[in-house]
Amino acid sequence: MLEQITFALGTMIAGVFGCVLYFFMSNKLLDAALPAKGVNAGRNINRANRIRPWLFMFPALFILGLYLVYPVFNSIWLSLHNRSGRTWVGLDNWVWLVKDGKFRESLFNNILWLITVPALATFFGLIAAALTDRIRWGNFAKSLIFMPMAISFVGASVIWKFVYDYRAAGQEQIGLLNAIVYGFGGDPAAWITLPFWNNFFLMAILVWIQTGFAMVILSAALRGISEETIEAAILDGANPWQVFWKIKVPQIWGTVAVVWTTITVTVLKIFDIVLAMTNGQWGTQVLANYMFDWMFRGNDYGRASAIALVIMLMVTPIMVWNIRNARKEDI
Amino acid sequence: MAELKLTDVAKSYGGKVEVLRDINLDIKTGELVVFVGPSGCGKSTLLRMIAGLEKITGGTFEIDGVPMNDVPPAQRGIAMVFQSYALYPHMTVRDNMAFALKIAKKSTDEITAAVENAARILQLTDYLDRLPKALSGGQRQRVAIGRAIVRDPKVYLFDEPLSNLDAALRVATRIEIAQLKESMPDSTMIYVTHDQVEAMTLADRIVVLANKGIAQVGSPLDLYERPDNEFVAQFIGSPAMNLLAGKISATGAQTTVTLESGGTATVAIPTEADQLGRAVNVGVRPEDLVLAEGTPLIGGTVDFIEALGEVTLLYFSAEGGRDPLIAKLPGIHAGLRGKRVDLSAASDKLHLFADGLSLRPKG
Ligand SMILES: Nc1ncnc2c1ncn2[C@@H]1O[C@H](COP(=O)(O)OP(=O)(O)O)[C@@H](O)[C@H]1O
Ligand SMILES: [Mg+2]
Repeated sequence: MLEQITFALGTMIAGVFGCVLYFFMSNKLLDAALPAKGVNAGRNINRANRIRPWLFMFPALFILGLYLVYPVFNSIWLSLHNRSGRTWVGLDNWVWLVKDGKFRESLFNNILWLITVPALATFFGLIAAALTDRIRWGNFAKSLIFMPMAISFVGASVIWKFVYDYRAAGQEQIGLLNAIVYGFGGDPAAWITLPFWNNFFLMAILVWIQTGFAMVILSAALRGISEETIEAAILDGANPWQVFWKIKVPQIWGTVAVVWTTITVTVLKIFDIVLAMTNGQWGTQVLANYMFDWMFRGNDYGRASAIALVIMLMVTPIMVWNIRNARKEDI
Repeated sequence: MAELKLTDVAKSYGGKVEVLRDINLDIKTGELVVFVGPSGCGKSTLLRMIAGLEKITGGTFEIDGVPMNDVPPAQRGIAMVFQSYALYPHMTVRDNMAFALKIAKKSTDEITAAVENAARILQLTDYLDRLPKALSGGQRQRVAIGRAIVRDPKVYLFDEPLSNLDAALRVATRIEIAQLKESMPDSTMIYVTHDQVEAMTLADRIVVLANKGIAQVGSPLDLYERPDNEFVAQFIGSPAMNLLAGKISATGAQTTVTLESGGTATVAIPTEADQLGRAVNVGVRPEDLVLAEGTPLIGGTVDFIEALGEVTLLYFSAEGGRDPLIAKLPGIHAGLRGKRVDLSAASDKLHLFADGLSLRPKG
């Protein structure tokens, strides 16, 4: 234990000092190579200034390249090979993918998640932001709504397992949902095994988590709206409902879009909740969990890589759009 | 059509910070009243109380005899033009102007007609489909005014509408507002500004706000010629009125004041005998001072001059006087710097203040 702590500390110190040393030395070297004096001082300063940003960005670019770009190409390569990753199989893995029923189920569920979760989380976040902005205990309410953000997906799943927990009729219901249903005289149900609808019960967990995120960002955006446009609208006769939907929301449309797409990207990668709640049984499989299944249970690098690439293909356009939008916001 | 009456109106924030008190004011139909005063004196607050955006914490405010204290802003029949324009950034010029009418569920024909009419008056016809961000400051200002016009309100409120414009545009827009007012003789307008030139040129009546209350109400020339107190005397007119400290040395139909600087001033204001010996300030506007021919009122060495061509401003310190004084002489007097000058003023151009208030009989 002590050894591990010492090791961790050592790594941290070495890392930080290594970085400092790198920036310091590379800067020194550059200054030595292109001195800011002598006949060429002006030209040297210009050149050094052009090189310096790249010098400082190099470690980040290098690590990004190593951990992001290389894996993409390796995945493509793996998806064209067999389960061990040694024998070339051409498009076999992709053909399998198209025909595989479980893959289609995962894709369908993923799209279902994609439509439902960002919409609901953004909507609830917007409502929560609007409602908490004006009341005295709004900040307290905000902290409560934001709290789930701090819980890991697996932790959240454990909590919600208790919400959906099922005991046969007649027994004491320890699941919150069943306790309520039972309390009103209904029959307890095993919610997470109900085909199709169980998807939505899993989605509720992510909505519960992401609403806080949406609320915080949208609340900041709402506060950025010029108070005078709101007063002008009130003088123009708009009621609070109209002020909100016709004056406030359109003005933060850009932020809504960013929040929406950010959640969308999270949703596309959704894995932990499904793994912890159902592990893809009862028709709840999603792409990331399916990939994990083939990778570590099926031990098939080829198929897993093909699924991974499908996820990447779905995420990329949304990421690009998201980044563009975020940039537009700045300008 | 719309008479406004404020009775003992007061405003305090959180019951502690008092911003305004004892505001009593009648505004007649078709009048253009300007609220003027230094920054932070509560002009916007008073305007916003009239608009209904700010709660009135004391007194009553009536429009046409109907108490308005608790009437929501939209039902008061007023329109407001904000300093920052407050255009809806996501709507085109057309939609900005149409918004209030759409909310009021007017017919499409009616809305189109109203918007196009306003656009024509304000020369915005070519810009109807643009977003506010694609307009210049002056155009945005006109859209803000257009948004008020389409509603055909009884009362227009303007809160420093020109302060975000450059000098040339400010003059042009000021004239446009004056013309707009002329074309709508029945509309009552309240216009807030800290710029006394705007106040003097636009107003039928000026309300000078200071020290949480009204310092004086009157027509522009009234305030200029017969200020009730030192504050108004120095606030209206540029450069500000000079004040010369002294003591009353003779009373009667005219008052004689012995100045601290040594001179004597004869002021065409009657005083009673019991005022003899009272400490007073004699006020004289820079433009009323002339190079002395008879006995001078004040004399001093010119520290500094500003030659503007049509007039020359002399900054000088009077012997024995406290504050630097300013004289505004017509024409060019470039050679006076460092020289000694003697200045005098007609006795009917002099003002007399004791304890900050004018000794001039009212009425
Ligand atoms: N919400 C508020 N709480 C406390 N004081 C305020 C508030 N709003 C304005 N004030 C004060 O009221 C005074 C008048 O403000 P304002 O009407 O905006 O002045 P101006 O004459 O420049 O338009 C200022 O001194 C300001 O500090
Ligand atoms: Mg103001």
